[in-house]
Amino acid sequence: MTQYATEFLRSHTWSARKAVLLTLGPCSAVAGFAWALFQPWRLTLLHPHGQGFWWLVVEPPLLVILAGVLFHVLVARPLVDDLEDLR
Amino acid sequence: MQPPAEHVHWLFATGILFLGLLLLAEAVVGREVWRRRRWRAYLWPALLFGLGVLMWPVMVLFTNSTVHMLAHSAWAQVMMLAGAAELGLVSGRLRHEAWRLCVPLMLAVSGAAFLIHEANPWLYSRSAFVHHLCGWILLVGAIFPLGAAFKPRSWVFAGGYALVMVAVSIALFTSRDVAPVFGHLDPAAGVQHR
Repeated sequence: MTQYATEFLRSHTWSARKAVLLTLGPCSAVAGFAWALFQPWRLTLLHPHGQGFWWLVVEPPLLVILAGVLFHVLVARPLVDDLEDLR
Repeated sequence: MQPPAEHVHWLFATGILFLGLLLLAEAVVGREVWRRRRWRAYLWPALLFGLGVLMWPVMVLFTNSTVHMLAHSAWAQVMMLAGAAELGLVSGRLRHEAWRLCVPLMLAVSGAAFLIHEANPWLYSRSAFVHHLCGWILLVGAIFPLGAAFKPRSWVFAGGYALVMVAVSIALFTSRDVAPVFGHLDPAAGVQHR
């Protein structure tokens, strides 16, 4: 394989890794958002009257969104920076 | 103030989803890049250990049966063991590669615990289905971290382990206390709600 081809493949591999990393968190967040749209009654904050403590605190679609956002901000972005540094 | 069982499943599902995302990221970039920042190397082992610690209150509060208590305490112990072993390996205090076998052991014991403590058949209710599904995913999925223990650079094993965690979290998010599964709900399960 020529040096140009090796460089080309390496560049594409790094770009693909970066793209996957930057997609994981938003994918989770979108999944949580879609869940909230399909089952709005799971978000008891939208209709809080008569709900117990745990039903108001634990909102599964929001938890999925939160996991995705936290992962993206705290883990994926610094990891992409490290990938860029190595490149 | 005790949370309903389904809320506990959802909270653990969130933790396991985050764990799965961390493992996926590590599988994508490889161990060397993942460990370029010291704090990141400790992230998922610490989360696994923490989930093990949090399983103890579940064991204490949810005492439906002796088998439930035993299953939850076995989970707590193996999750803490696997988390601690990985923390020890990352910090360099543990050097023998055999410690990596604690993770597949954790998955196998967790899967067996899921299957053993679910007394009802698959289609009894949603909860029964989720327990059977999680049990088999974990039991069969243990092959991935087992492979990764021998071939740490294999992205198939690392990625497979991560996807097992994501699959378990999705299954746990579908858990409901009393709800039908594929239209089936045994009358003995109780009255459906939500």
